[in-house]
Amino acid sequence: MFTVIGIMFCGIAVGYFFRKVESLQKIGTLISYTILLLLFLLGISVGANESIVNNLTTLGWQALLIAAAGTLGSVLAAWGVYHFFFKERSQG
Amino acid sequence: MKGSLIVVGFFALGCLLGWSGYLPQVVIENDITVYVLYLLMFQVGISIGSDKKLKEILSSIRPKLLLVPLATIVGTLSFSALISLVLTKWSVFDCLAVGSGFAYYSLSSILITELKEPTLGTQLAAELGTIALIANIIREIFALLGAPLFVKYFGRLSPICAGGATTMDTTLPIITRYSGKDLVFVSIFHGILVDFTVPFFVSFFCSL
Repeated sequence: MFTVIGIMFCGIAVGYFFRKVESLQKIGTLISYTILLLLFLLGISVGANESIVNNLTTLGWQALLIAAAGTLGSVLAAWGVYHFFFKERSQG
Repeated sequence: MKGSLIVVGFFALGCLLGWSGYLPQVVIENDITVYVLYLLMFQVGISIGSDKKLKEILSSIRPKLLLVPLATIVGTLSFSALISLVLTKWSVFDCLAVGSGFAYYSLSSILITELKEPTLGTQLAAELGTIALIANIIREIFALLGAPLFVKYFGRLSPICAGGATTMDTTLPIITRYSGKDLVFVSIFHGILVDFTVPFFVSFFCSL
């Protein structure tokens, strides 16, 4: 856990220090490629894992439940915040 | 949407390749994913540190706007915790780790697979990572498709909260369309802030 966040903070420091370097602004593209590479590697380990492949439907249902719960929770909380703190301003 | 399809495509390609059995055993046994993850986190850090708008965004924060990402976080986490009552296979912290991906599917699934390995074992960690990937992709799809419905029943902020960490890029056009243009800045601010929290929350819940 600390390794991952520590490395990110090193990156923040390096990025801030070299923020004037123009090519650094293109880091987003590089990030997308790294993410693709990682997901490809992740896919390999998932695909080579027989138990996951055999249980993909079960995993998918569990994922759907968590996604639905998270979305529902956040829109309910959004309704509360909107209703109590933002409504009068937005109507004006 | 096109971006998410490419990402899913690469994941599926990897799945097929791993499943086909054509890969030499060396590739599967020597896991280089963790080093690629370190590289990714370093790059994410650089992008945050070198962002020229960072100061602008930080200085224009009004305290009240913090309520929006707070609603996203509190709403998502409390309901993710509740759903663990149904998903008896996973602990409440496992469900929280998946939920705290906030639709940032690539990073959260990778983090969970790597960080859960010591406690859950390789098998369950990979299963939970896959759940995290699918769940957070579904959440992004919900945010994209559900925006008009959310506005109608839960108010104009709800598409932003539903979009989680994606509201400064992939779901921004949809949000502007259904929530109104005046909320663009709120949406971007929300996305950046929630995006920041993903590595912290995911690794925190994985360590519990």
